[in-house]
Amino acid sequence: MQGLAHQLVAGIATGGIYASVALALVMIYQSTHHLNFAQGEMATFSTYIALTLINVGLPYWIAFVLTILISFAMGVFIERVMLKPMHNASVLANVGVFIGLLLVFRNAMGWIFDYTIKAFPSPFESDHPLLGGLISGHELGSTAVTLGVLGIVYVFFRFTKLGLAMRAAAFNASSSRLVGIRVGWMLALGWGLAAAIGAIAGMMIAPVVFLEPNMMLGILLYAFAGALLGGIDNPGGAVIGGFAVGIIENLGGAYLVGTELKLTLALGIIICVLLVKPSGLFGRVVQSRV
Amino acid sequence: MSTSQNPLAATLAPVATPARDGVMLRILIVLGGFVAIAAVPIAFASSYQLFQLTLAATYAIAILGLNIVTGFNGQISLGHGAFYAVGAYTTAILMTHFDVPYWATLPIAAAICGVIGFGIGFPALRLGGLYLALTTFAVAVAVPQILKYKGVEDWTGGVQGTFLVKPDAPEFTGLDNDQYLYLFVLVIAALLFLMAANLLHSRIGRAMRSIRDNPIAAEAMGMDIARIKTRTFALSAAITGLAGALSAIAVEFVAPDSFSVELSINLFVGMVVGGVGSIVGPIFGGLFVVFVPNLAESIARAAPGVIYGVILILFLYLLPQGFAGFPRRIGALLRQRSQG
Repeated sequence: MQGLAHQLVAGIATGGIYASVALALVMIYQSTHHLNFAQGEMATFSTYIALTLINVGLPYWIAFVLTILISFAMGVFIERVMLKPMHNASVLANVGVFIGLLLVFRNAMGWIFDYTIKAFPSPFESDHPLLGGLISGHELGSTAVTLGVLGIVYVFFRFTKLGLAMRAAAFNASSSRLVGIRVGWMLALGWGLAAAIGAIAGMMIAPVVFLEPNMMLGILLYAFAGALLGGIDNPGGAVIGGFAVGIIENLGGAYLVGTELKLTLALGIIICVLLVKPSGLFGRVVQSRV
Repeated sequence: MSTSQNPLAATLAPVATPARDGVMLRILIVLGGFVAIAAVPIAFASSYQLFQLTLAATYAIAILGLNIVTGFNGQISLGHGAFYAVGAYTTAILMTHFDVPYWATLPIAAAICGVIGFGIGFPALRLGGLYLALTTFAVAVAVPQILKYKGVEDWTGGVQGTFLVKPDAPEFTGLDNDQYLYLFVLVIAALLFLMAANLLHSRIGRAMRSIRDNPIAAEAMGMDIARIKTRTFALSAAITGLAGALSAIAVEFVAPDSFSVELSINLFVGMVVGGVGSIVGPIFGGLFVVFVPNLAESIARAAPGVIYGVILILFLYLLPQGFAGFPRRIGALLRQRSQG
């Protein structure tokens, strides 16, 4: 029973990471109807920036905030420079650009920071387990941070004027333009936010899985699975889906398939959702008129 | 009916003859080109260069397979490396466990991949555009893990992989083993490209393209979209699987880590750079995938990937038709200049 409880708690902790990345994916999907295959690599790149800043001698939390700001700027820059010309291009061309970004980021990381596996510091002391060995300090801390991020994102979109403008731009671009919303910049802002959320997810998972250029590849897959499970066009659903996938992954890894086939489990979830209920648990069923 | 009695036939006849001459000329050019491509490297290239050219030919075949389903039929696959892996492993297992001769493994590998492709084609029908790309991407990421799985280790050789024996050249050819293998792969590649060209210029090829460009209109014209899509997927998988089988023979080794997500991405990059929806494009793609990393590797270990990504993005912006669209682009520019 203790084992099961521990797996559940660990599942919620990693699920928070998946939920964050899934949220980042859904934010870009909602406004552009494209999936950012480079989301994981961008997050890993941000984590390398954080490690560099910490190694320079900055305190953890200052490096944390700086990394978020740099990642935000990076996301805005990529949208404005690389994706703006592709707005009217085909799905294949857009997928191609994302794959190109993935290649550039992944290999630039290996080039600049080399391929060796690096340890990443955790701001939460993890020497002594809490709640009778149920949860480590880092698991508790990272869950709190991801929940905090999700809460802030919710408040931002629900209660601020800018958040409303962004939702409007994603919902109906041409009408938003008529009421004076600068839709192009709202998209760029969405990209910036997605990159920032990804950066936080990267910094929170890096102490657990260690930092290397491939760090987020598997996590991106779980995030895809989570986003699809919850509904690819529903941010709240994607967050719930992310947590669910985290729990499924931990329980499945411990009792069902073993750690060897964990990625295959994510693949299985993706295929099951797409075959059984392509709109996800909380997504809208899209009907197209012919 | 003689020509003199029928004025229409009389006017048609002189037109028809040059057209037939054109076909003959084209066949001669293709044959001559093939002989040159086969003979020059065999005469002059070192065995390592021959090996690289052999690999480029197998990649060209694999990219041809990908291009049929993605370029001509519009079903985006980011996971064709999985079929390449299945083809390679089929050949490896048949050669090491069952002592099947190398050439006999090829049709078996193609058939197995075709059946798997057909099976994947059905769920793929429900996954429009982006979702198919996502699912196949997930397949590509998961492939090495599945190949390493302990339960199938006896067959696959697990993490260490399996070694193969390179086939000996038959006595009468007078070639050494590398030269023979190059010729062997090249002949198969030529046959597959001719076959694909014929198919894509036929009624079925037009159906594939019309489904890509306007599925609703295609369906309204009475095309069975599901049938054509699943069969295209099967054909594409079979061709890419055959390429994987050839690569296993050429490399003499299969291991899970040579079939990582990078392989699938390489095939995708080769397709875009060579020319999406072009029949000769995959030839450029295959050469690009093999030789550009070698050139770039001299700059830095990770540079090939960075240069790869940059080239991919540049092509999408500046030359969406790839290398294959280059002559047409230049022709259009020249015409523009002469008019303006």
